[in-house]
Amino acid sequence: MIVILGSGLAGYSLLKELRKRGCERPVTVVTAEDGASYSKPMLSTGFAKQKEPAQLVMADAVAMAEQYQADIRAFTSADRIDPQAQTLWIGQECLPYEDLVLALGAAARDPGLIGNATDRVWSVNDLADYARVREHLIQPSRVLILGGGLIGCEFANDFVVGGHDVEIVTPAEQVLPSLLPNPLAHQLEQGLRAEGVRFSFKRRAQGVDYALAENGALRVSLDDGSVREVDAVISAIGLAPRIELASQAGLAVSQAGIAVDAYCRSSNPHIYALGDCAEIAGQNYQYVAPLMACAKALAKTLDGEPSAAQFPTMPIIVKTPSCPVLVAPPNTAGEWQVEEGGKEGLRMACVEPEGRLLGFALAGEAVKERQSWLKRLQAKSGGV
Amino acid sequence: MRKWECVVCGLIYDEAEGWPEDGIAPGTAWEDVPEDWACPDCGVGKEDFELVEA
Repeated sequence: MIVILGSGLAGYSLLKELRKRGCERPVTVVTAEDGASYSKPMLSTGFAKQKEPAQLVMADAVAMAEQYQADIRAFTSADRIDPQAQTLWIGQECLPYEDLVLALGAAARDPGLIGNATDRVWSVNDLADYARVREHLIQPSRVLILGGGLIGCEFANDFVVGGHDVEIVTPAEQVLPSLLPNPLAHQLEQGLRAEGVRFSFKRRAQGVDYALAENGALRVSLDDGSVREVDAVISAIGLAPRIELASQAGLAVSQAGIAVDAYCRSSNPHIYALGDCAEIAGQNYQYVAPLMACAKALAKTLDGEPSAAQFPTMPIIVKTPSCPVLVAPPNTAGEWQVEEGGKEGLRMACVEPEGRLLGFALAGEAVKERQSWLKRLQAKSGGV
Repeated sequence: MRKWECVVCGLIYDEAEGWPEDGIAPGTAWEDVPEDWACPDCGVGKEDFELVEA
């Protein structure tokens, strides 16, 4: 019996890969959510595409159970893992497993605001969160987004195209500070500004209260003393891998996730982890391509053919239609330079002193050149 | 010529363009794309693509 904890992209992709290869081992999926299959990346384009939450459901729990021959235990929270006994405790119930897979994802970090309306600071980290925001933003609304990372920018683009007024507040000096070189971040910022998004850089929100003058509106105070009156506050300041259950069970964990090797195996031989909750051979990936690589490899392993996840270069795409961005971050430090030529858009290469290409970032029309850039990156010489 | 969208990440496969990098010539109908072809952006299989209604 394989028990999978979590019914997000990671848990369900593993289930699909197992059945694709004809593996007949019994599988039970335990999920605190409703067990509907949906794609989290699609939550970032839902407003522009006018998607109701139900339209983002690919299959409900019943359909998943039938199509993939699994027992789906929805609205079920696991309380404790007993690694020695190889059992999972769910309340008073003791569920035995041969192999346990942790696909718990990551939780939105708390921005730590004070005030009487802190429960109105919403993150959009799952379909239920999306439904809540969508229900609330029917009329054109004023939205304050905390965080100018990938998710903050995608939501900003989505909400503004959806007809809302959007401002991003971030303590950083540019958008996507950990992924993009400054000129490229600036290009993306300009694209968002052209759609009407406003920015407050080097600022943090400190408090949020109900605005007495307006029904349901919020008053957010920033650390420079200024105030914003808005209808919604969306927090997109980052995700923390869900490590608590693994930690309580004595598995090796860190703030970067449940520590697993390239086989997705944890410090316990019968417990695996993949997706946003895992730190695989030292890296926590919060993207779909690495998740899929792990799902495919782990399915083979669980089916009797131990396989290490292969990670080719997996560029990160920022789904901001106002200025699409594609970045292949370097693994080691190098120097970012703008590369001239090509038509519109912006291209930047990250190179070593000897000129070898370590990574690249493309914006606007230049994202269409991804194939030639990937080839250059993968070539042995990698020079210009 | 039809367009197919990856339901997980939004990538579009346009039959008119094919995907030459993976050896899929322009004009290749979706049915003729190899079954083991995966979404170039996120890695999911053909079964997670849907037809984009005109």
